[in-house]
Amino acid sequence: MADKNGFFDLSKTTLSRRTALKGIAAGAGLALAPGFVRYSQAQSSAPIRIGFQSHRTGIGAAYGRWYEKTSAAAVKAINDAGGIGGRKVELVIEDDGTDPARGAEVVNKFAKQHKTDIVFGTLFSHVVIGSAPAAGENKIPYFVVSEGHHVASTKLNRYVFQPGITDVKSQIQSMAPWIAANAGKKVTQIFPDFAFGYDHRDYLPPALKAQGADVIAQIAIPPTESSFTKYFPQIPAETEVIYHVMVGPAVLTFVKELGEFYGSQRPQLFGFMDSLEATDINSPGLEFLDGSHFWEGSPRYAQPDDSAAQKAYRAAVGIDDNGAAVGDPKDVSTASHMFGCWETLYVVKKAMEDAGYKGPEDRAKLVEATEALKEFAEGPEHPQGPKTFNGKIHQCFGIQNISKVEGGKLKVVHKTKIEDGLYEPEGDYTKQAL
Amino acid sequence: MHFGPHLLLAALEGLVTSAVLALTALGLSLVFGVMRIVNVAHGEFFMLGAVLAWAISTAISGHPAIGFVAALVIAPLFVGLVAFLAEWLVLRRLNYNPESTIVATIGMLYIIQQLALTFYGPEARPVEPPFSYRILLPWFGYSGYKLSVVAASAILLVITWLVLTRTKIGLIMRATQYDRETAQAFGIPVERVYAGVFAVGAMLAAIAAVLIVPISQAHYLMGQDPLLLSFIVVIIGGLGSLRGTVVAAVLIGLSDGIISMFFSPTLAKIIATLVVAMVLVFRPQGLFGTAPR
Repeated sequence: MADKNGFFDLSKTTLSRRTALKGIAAGAGLALAPGFVRYSQAQSSAPIRIGFQSHRTGIGAAYGRWYEKTSAAAVKAINDAGGIGGRKVELVIEDDGTDPARGAEVVNKFAKQHKTDIVFGTLFSHVVIGSAPAAGENKIPYFVVSEGHHVASTKLNRYVFQPGITDVKSQIQSMAPWIAANAGKKVTQIFPDFAFGYDHRDYLPPALKAQGADVIAQIAIPPTESSFTKYFPQIPAETEVIYHVMVGPAVLTFVKELGEFYGSQRPQLFGFMDSLEATDINSPGLEFLDGSHFWEGSPRYAQPDDSAAQKAYRAAVGIDDNGAAVGDPKDVSTASHMFGCWETLYVVKKAMEDAGYKGPEDRAKLVEATEALKEFAEGPEHPQGPKTFNGKIHQCFGIQNISKVEGGKLKVVHKTKIEDGLYEPEGDYTKQAL
Repeated sequence: MHFGPHLLLAALEGLVTSAVLALTALGLSLVFGVMRIVNVAHGEFFMLGAVLAWAISTAISGHPAIGFVAALVIAPLFVGLVAFLAEWLVLRRLNYNPESTIVATIGMLYIIQQLALTFYGPEARPVEPPFSYRILLPWFGYSGYKLSVVAASAILLVITWLVLTRTKIGLIMRATQYDRETAQAFGIPVERVYAGVFAVGAMLAAIAAVLIVPISQAHYLMGQDPLLLSFIVVIIGGLGSLRGTVVAAVLIGLSDGIISMFFSPTLAKIIATLVVAMVLVFRPQGLFGTAPR
């Protein structure tokens, strides 16, 4: 192809001395303009920007809303107390649609377009697993509040952390002794047929075995299922305890159909609060749960022995004694999980201040400073309780609550100890290159 | 559990699925049959019915049956109005062009879904059944309400059939379906028939949703599954054929219930999809459909 007009012939474009001088002057003027002066100070006074990967739509939307409320409350508390290293904190929110593919896109967007300092806030395990490689490729620290075992399994990468909520494997291990001693020895498990459910499928049987109890049947249910009666005949007649973990909008149906199937002669029930987060325990059809037990991360209902820190946290987030939004008793919170957002943001603050974090160039330092953390004392920054942190597997370990449904409320009947939930690390993230 | 009771439970579950599916798919089939429009937003009219049922039944205090009956009357009427407006504002402007209307109804799907998310919220909310009677069988208990859903659905299907075959409105609808231009030449106001059919199709979905909502909760994403299953039913039964829709709904519902109980729910979906593929290959007009004119 001939270059008839000489567009690509550099020799034809003449640059006069005068034009060159003009250009240089203009450039210098721009550099001296007020905008540039402010930019050069950015590292010391511009806000720290936290990319919040939120489940605003999709099956996680109820969680996403409360994660946003809690995080906004934590950011306000942090900013009111002077921010992180004297800098204000700002949340940049993007919706991931509770979808792994979109989750990865959102992480890329935070890293490349918004240029946030970190990414934070994901709950659903498949989104975390789908997004983690993007965080690793962009070398952007990714603080999740997901509860799954995937972070601690060391199967993700060095940039992924879970410092605000205990993982499922540890939760199960610490509760198994209570289940075996108080509920029954023959356990049937019902769990969702994806990553989060598999943690329960894989870690409950060995944990119960160690206590002399057995899992006699495991029933996996597809996450989009809307009717459950057809699964109940698979529950063996000799079952003493049904251990149920469900997520998604169909859980009410699940409980109701279980009630219709068994009536009053039901086995003991032990469930994960994940089943009923954001759902009023007094909804029609849930009477069947009366007297059954639940795991709770942080109690939904105010307890008589709540610490001052717990009370302050509840007030800051805006939930009443029944765990619903202040002023709207029908808007029930996701109390068992959302405390993790609050605590994770305080861990980020601590790690950033330890690292002397200035900007995205210090992300590697932030990773190392987070890995160096050992424990978090109970208090306003960690209202759920004390925790230890294992920097090798990027996972924290805390206490768990077992609550009984009594008179339309959840009453904590047992608290586990941190030691109950510790296990041998399965790997070591710190050996991976930064 | 022994084989007999196990099969009984599977069949009961399948019947409930069939009943709701038949009503929903009938709406879709009617709209396609008369208007030749594939309404992708059909599932969202279903969802809208459920969400409205929640709103109405919580607004009305007293015995749950009062709220439920009110929902059963008001929710479909409201959904019908929404569909009527959508038909008038969107589909009519597109001259019912098959390709454009598919895109337009996809747009409606997202608009309705996101409006529900904005104003209703992301939670799944329950509606109390009008009565809660538990039928106690020797082997297991079963919800009396679920059986009443089957009965209600059967009655509604018979009424729809009577309207279509025994009334003047039905005759006009069938005439429009048979040959639009000739019908117009005989003075049938085709556009008004279209608007009415689109509204009635949406109302059938809404009625199905109000019936199912005391069993499974109202949620803004609940329209996706019924849409997919309705398409399966309509393709198998033959687009536009009432009899085919009902037969296919019972077939799909029962096989879903029985296969997923004895084998796995995934296998049930695989088989349903396979049947669709086979029907499309060997009998593209569906089991009871007539070849399009």
